[in-house]
Order: sequence, then structure tokens, then C-alpha cells
Amino acid sequence: MTFQEIKELIIQESGAETVVAENLSGLQPILTIAKEKLPLVARLLWSNEKTYFDYLSCITAIDNPKTGTLEVVYNFYSIPYNHHFTLRVETSRGDENDLPKVPSLCEIYKTANWHEREAFDLFGIVFEGHPDLRRILLPADWEGYPLRKDYKEQEYYHGIKVAY
Amino acid sequence: MPTDRIQYIYHKDNLQKSEPTRTKPEDLKSEEMIINLGPQHPSTHGVLRLEVITDGEFVKEVIPHMGYLHRCFEKHAENLPYNQIIPFVDRMDYLASMNSEHVYVMGLEKMLGIENTLPKRIEYIRVLVAELNRLASHFVAIGTYGIDIGAFTPFLWLMRDREHIQRLLEWVCGARMLYNYIWVGGLFYDLPVGFEERCADFIKYLKPKMKELEALVINNKIFIQRTANIGVLPLDLAINYGCSGPMLRASGLKYDLRKVDGYSVYPELDFDIPVGKGDMGTVGDCWDRNYVRVLECYESIKIIEQCLVQLTGTHMRTREFDPQAMVPKKIRPKAMDFYVRGETPKGELGFYFRSTGNTDVPYRCKGRSPCFVNLSVINELSRNTMLADLIAIIGSIDVVMGEVDR
Repeated sequence: MTFQEIKELIIQESGAETVVAENLSGLQPILTIAKEKLPLVARLLWSNEKTYFDYLSCITAIDNPKTGTLEVVYNFYSIPYNHHFTLRVETSRGDENDLPKVPSLCEIYKTANWHEREAFDLFGIVFEGHPDLRRILLPADWEGYPLRKDYKEQEYYHGIKVAY
Repeated sequence: MPTDRIQYIYHKDNLQKSEPTRTKPEDLKSEEMIINLGPQHPSTHGVLRLEVITDGEFVKEVIPHMGYLHRCFEKHAENLPYNQIIPFVDRMDYLASMNSEHVYVMGLEKMLGIENTLPKRIEYIRVLVAELNRLASHFVAIGTYGIDIGAFTPFLWLMRDREHIQRLLEWVCGARMLYNYIWVGGLFYDLPVGFEERCADFIKYLKPKMKELEALVINNKIFIQRTANIGVLPLDLAINYGCSGPMLRASGLKYDLRKVDGYSVYPELDFDIPVGKGDMGTVGDCWDRNYVRVLECYESIKIIEQCLVQLTGTHMRTREFDPQAMVPKKIRPKAMDFYVRGETPKGELGFYFRSTGNTDVPYRCKGRSPCFVNLSVINELSRNTMLADLIAIIGSIDVVMGEVDR
């Protein structure tokens, strides 16, 4: 299936308001969808006979302080059809007390578990419905989210000077 | 004592706050126990701590804790030009740097649109060194796997053979492990004079050694009893967990990105994809995973031989050949997002790039490492096995922590 066919399938199954934008300028087209619809669309892509995206290759989070948004990009791959598909959702950056929330895909793809934990650890995105959302690379009481562009490391951690 | 000299202020709350274990002692049922396995273990090539909940000899739950090695690859990548990231890519999977470099460089070449314009000799050299490195990586995996379950000889034998590969690669680029040899649009240098001949000699030496290894370990009765039917990973679970490389192939799927994507000159080469068949137990057990790696070594030897034929025949060294001729002065891809993937010894290594188009520093460069994803399945594999089998399972996953923590 081509990118346009998959897009039409998504619109047909989950409504026209699902698709927010599409980016065809790069080598790999990207579809932006509304974040509330993400589990629905992922389950559709996973279970539909025409698409059958059984392999979630990568989840990437991207921080855009200029526009005040965080993006989460999902790279799907279908082993039987040898198809690629890139989904993107956008959310506001939030603040320390009100972290941005994105639905989790752990129910469908178990591999999303650690990828989402990593995005939570380094970007501070809360994945709703994640069974075990803890920091994965940093200790639980670390302050801030290091891969955000405006991250400033804390001065001391348990009395250890962080900046060297 | 002046306070600025104190390195760490010990307070018992500090330890609690950083949550060293997920399970609290009061959550345990009677007879259950938390055992901390690691941080250091020979099979993990790095620092990994496993929080194991046991009931007697049985493993109830395994919770991996990592991050001890975290050297911030992605943060560095946001602050460096594309070509200066290559040494950092080396350090992700330090046992297979050439393979990682190859994938990274290939992605950038695709973004710049120069991937099909390179001279064939460059591509063949890249495949040659990448396959040599694949052999070296599998040797470490198979050798240390022997140690994990109590066989010391294969480790020594394979380290001896790996030393030859490392010397060959050192001759190529001057470093034993972290090469920085494959550049965007070319290579650091052509192969040294006489390399092809010595590499051919090495292959001649290696072939009988592989037979010896197979007789020593793979068909050894004790080895089979320790690994067959242990840690069985069914195919649907492997795909759902995103496993790749020997992990996925051992579960029975003929899926190799060298064939599927057909990048570089792999379509012109003749090699097979070995898959696990469950010869000694169930499909997808530890024995299968180890055996797939051994079979892959044979395939790599086949590829190296074909590359050597090409490099001494059609695409011979000439006086005019300059491996740096195509290297761009400034690497500045157009504004785009790009996901590239390739087959490293551990599986699918991917990079997600975002370039803004007006700078040669990536806006975002995410490494999707195979070990990170493969390791996430460990709890599923080791539930309700014996503690001694847990060691066999970790070893069969073949994790390099440098790639897990990035």
C-alpha cells in the first residue's frame, strides 16, 4: 500500500478529523495525527489485513522549544508486505507540574514499553496507560529531562557535583 | 573536613529516593528473595544490574536496571557536525564499530542523495571490513557464551582468532576497536598494500578453526543440555517485542536487512540467511540463538571471499583511486526527517535524523539500537526458569551495554 492509500484507510476507519497534517517533502512521507486517536490508528495499522504493520521499529521524541511543542514519531514496518510508515503526534511542552500526555502503545506493541520509558526519562512525556512508567537510564530522583533543548543540569545530586 | 571535599553525602533517604530496586521487601511473598545480579557480568560486555526475584532456585521476575554507562550519544549528536559524530557511533557497539559506522554513513549518504554515485571499490571495502567486524563480534558472543555456562576453552580459541581480525583492522585504520574508518562519501584511506592477500590467508586459516569450534562447543552434549529448550522465544512474541538479528532469526524467521533492504553491494553477493530450526530442542531456544551466530560466521566468510575476489579483480587498486574524492566538504542535508536502518551483528540498528537544512549539525539524532530492544524481552524469557539458566539466557541475547545505554 502506498502512503496515500494508508492515509485514506485511516480517514475511512477513524474519521477525517484524525489526520492533522502530512509532510511529503522528505524522502519518507510523515503523517501527523491527533494524539487522542493514536491507539485507535495503531491498532488499525496492526490488525488490518491490508497493512499489517507488525513491527514497531522506533519511537523518537523531538523537542521544539520555538513552537512550544513536543513530537513523538513512530516508525512502523510490515514484515510480510515490506512496507514502511511514519506516524507523528504533537503535544504541547507543558511544564514541570503538568507534563505532556500521549497515549501509550504498550497494549499493542510490547516493544513500545522501553521506548516510551526512554522518552519519559529524557523528554518528560507521560505515556497514559503505560504499565510501568519509570525512568530507565537515570535514577528516579533526577531532576529535569536531559534531551529537552533548554535543559540545565542540577548542581548537586546527593552531594555529588554534577557539572565538571 | 571542608564540605567541598565530600564526594557523596550519605543519607539513607537518598538511597531510597533513587529507587535502586522496584520491588520493596514488604511486597515480597514468603520464601521470595531479591537477588541483585551484576552490575558486572562477563556476558553483558558492560554494566547491567538485574534485580531478580527468586523463590528458591526459581526465577519469578527479572527487572533490568541500566544507565550506568549512559554517555549521552544523542545529546552529543545535537551539538556536533554530522561527520564528527562517526567516532561516537563507534562507541555505541564497540564490538562492531564498522557495522554501526556503515549504517550511519549510509543514512547520511541517502539524505544527501549520493548513495549510488560512490565507486564500487569503496562499497566492497566497506562490506569487507563490516563482515570482518561481524565475525569478530560473533566470536566474542560465542566465546563468552561458553564462559557463561562453564566452558573456558572456546573463549580462548575465539579470542585468539579475533585477535587476527583486530590486527587486520588495525592495519587498515590504525585503531583496534574504534575505527572511524568509513566516512560520509568515502573512506578514511584505501586498504593498505598487501591487505587482500593477508586477508585471504586469514580466511584459509579460519575455516578449519570454525569446524573445530563446532565440534568443541556446539555439538557438545553438556553444552546442548545446558542450552536446548532454555529461554524459548516464540516468533510472534519476538516480533511484538521488536527483536531483530540473531534473536529474531533463531525464532525461525528468515529476516535479514542485508537481504530485505539490499543496501550497499549486498545484492551482488551470494549468501544465505541461517535460521533456527530447533535441531536440539525447541525453535528459538538458547542453543538456536548461539547456533545461528555460528552459521552466520560461515556466511560472513563467504561474503569476505567474494569481496576479496572483486577487490583483486574487477575493482582493483589503481593509482588514481582516491577514497576521499567524494567526501563532501560540508554535510548539509535538506530539511527532512529520515529513518535509516541496517543489519549489525546484534540486529537492526536504526538512526532517526532530523535536519533543519541550514546547518550541518543534526537537530535530532536518535539511535535505535538492537541491544536495547532485544534486552527488553529478558523478563519474558526468564520467568519461571532456574537461576543458573538465567545466565544462559542473558548470554544468548548478546547485549553490549554501550548500545543499550548509548
